[in-house]
Amino acid sequence: MNIYVLLKRTFDTEEKIAVNSGRIEDDGAEYIINPYDEYAVEEAINLRDEHGGEVTVVTVGEEESEKQLRTALAMGADKAVLINTEDDLEEGDQFTTVKILEAFFEDREVDIILAGNVAIDEASGQVGPRLAERLNMPYVTTITSIDVDGDTVNIERDVEGDVEKVETTLPLLVTCQQGLNEPRYPSLPGIMKAKKKPLDELEIDDLDLDEDDVEPKTRTMEIFLPPEKQAGKVLEGEIDDQVKELVSLLKTESKVL
Amino acid sequence: MSKKVLVIGEAREGSLRNVSFEAIAAANIVSDGGEVIGVLCGSGDLNEMGKEMVYYGAERVITISNEELKTYTSDGYGQALAEVIEDESPDGIIMGHTAIGKDLTPKLASRLESGLISDATEVVNDGGSIVFTRPIYSGKAFEKKEITDGLVFATIRPNNIPPLTRDESLTGEVTEKTVEITNIRTIIKDIIRKSTDGVDLSEAKVIVAGGRGVKSAEGFEPLTELADVLGGTVGASRGACDAGYCDYSLQIGQTGKVVTPDLYIACGISGAIQHLAGMSNSKVIVAINKDPEANIFNVADYGIVGDLFDVVPKLIEEVKEMKVNA
Repeated sequence: MNIYVLLKRTFDTEEKIAVNSGRIEDDGAEYIINPYDEYAVEEAINLRDEHGGEVTVVTVGEEESEKQLRTALAMGADKAVLINTEDDLEEGDQFTTVKILEAFFEDREVDIILAGNVAIDEASGQVGPRLAERLNMPYVTTITSIDVDGDTVNIERDVEGDVEKVETTLPLLVTCQQGLNEPRYPSLPGIMKAKKKPLDELEIDDLDLDEDDVEPKTRTMEIFLPPEKQAGKVLEGEIDDQVKELVSLLKTESKVL
Repeated sequence: MSKKVLVIGEAREGSLRNVSFEAIAAANIVSDGGEVIGVLCGSGDLNEMGKEMVYYGAERVITISNEELKTYTSDGYGQALAEVIEDESPDGIIMGHTAIGKDLTPKLASRLESGLISDATEVVNDGGSIVFTRPIYSGKAFEKKEITDGLVFATIRPNNIPPLTRDESLTGEVTEKTVEITNIRTIIKDIIRKSTDGVDLSEAKVIVAGGRGVKSAEGFEPLTELADVLGGTVGASRGACDAGYCDYSLQIGQTGKVVTPDLYIACGISGAIQHLAGMSNSKVIVAINKDPEANIFNVADYGIVGDLFDVVPKLIEEVKEMKVNA
């Protein structure tokens, strides 16, 4: 199987967010593989181990993403590709990313593409379904289990808490939801091997695209922090009285009951 | 400049979801005095639901009823809506940021080569330019965004943009359109309902959430009962899900769902930064925790330091009593 994973580098979930001159402050921030993309890497490796073939991990982003791609290789992916847009693009949005990925996949043999269902930074969740549409592939989002049998694929997906059972066929794009698997930690031999695995770097020029082709359709005008939540009232006295006071406050002061 | 805006409505269990009415209100801002048109896909008679959209402010409604649209598939809905978009050539499209909205709108935007702003919590018309506010980093920050080229296309987060007042005296045409649906590539074999009350976390007005302090799957029972008497639903922290006390679909936080109910009651949740990202924009937060130093108290409007198994049953009784006296 030709298995591809779309991977994004994101801030660690532990990071506090600060805004500096209208941008998210990234000085000293720790980065990780987007947690939902980690499920995609894990599932891709499992599919390869079961059905044979090769796992290629693809990132559209900046030079620094190499580190997260190496981590995916250390987990067990076979190849990585970084489409480095750092020097070419000032701004981009989901349209931009998908235009680039569409060009990348244009002449490739693909059986399945796995992606995270959403990235925890910009959280649009658009790239997977958008790409599937451009590649004229069926797609299934927020999957929690997948079983490939020949060209037939049986999937369970999470739909707002309900489980939907879906049957579809390869080639296919899926986006991964929590519960799909437990991503492995890279082993020490895995990390050593990863250093020798191929990591190709491309620029948009290599995909016959220029800046105008991928010009974003949206613009961020401002980034700001929500008003800091003030710590409220910790109630006192006997538990019975506290409970009475709480219900009364919810009813009269905050009017939510 | 006045615009023609489509609102893609969505039903659950045979009635329209509230977010569809909120989407009409958002579309009303985007249209700037233009036209707001409701669109409904489904099977059977959709006329009554079409009328509901009119009562909430849609000027007219287009329904597409077809057995193939009985359950949502991206191919089925995609084909139906592509035809409506072709007929109407709208300037804007608004839909709820629901499971269907998240699955469908990127496909439509990609086909139309248009921008798409997902999960907006606010829409304003700033001198003719339409500005959307949306959370990023799971609500740790927000961005204001606009579409620079083409269709004004957005999904809105449930519970954030108030719907217009329902008015049964409003009139508008509900027309049925026939669309041939072919080649659905994803077949829905079965749907197993786990959400018993049909209220999704993202749309719930009240959420009672449990963390590691709940200690077991059975420990969630009093929380479920409290949620029931409050007309809400149950959620959980990652700690509780990882410990196997409940299903991952209930998880609230940076991974998991981001929620903004009117009332959020956190029981036995310490308040890790990843959890706070998912719930700290709730309107009113109550924390119940044994540990007075727990981080959750820093975002809570009201806190009770105590054992949840002691506090929650008393809270259930008190709420019941309040309802009897009301």
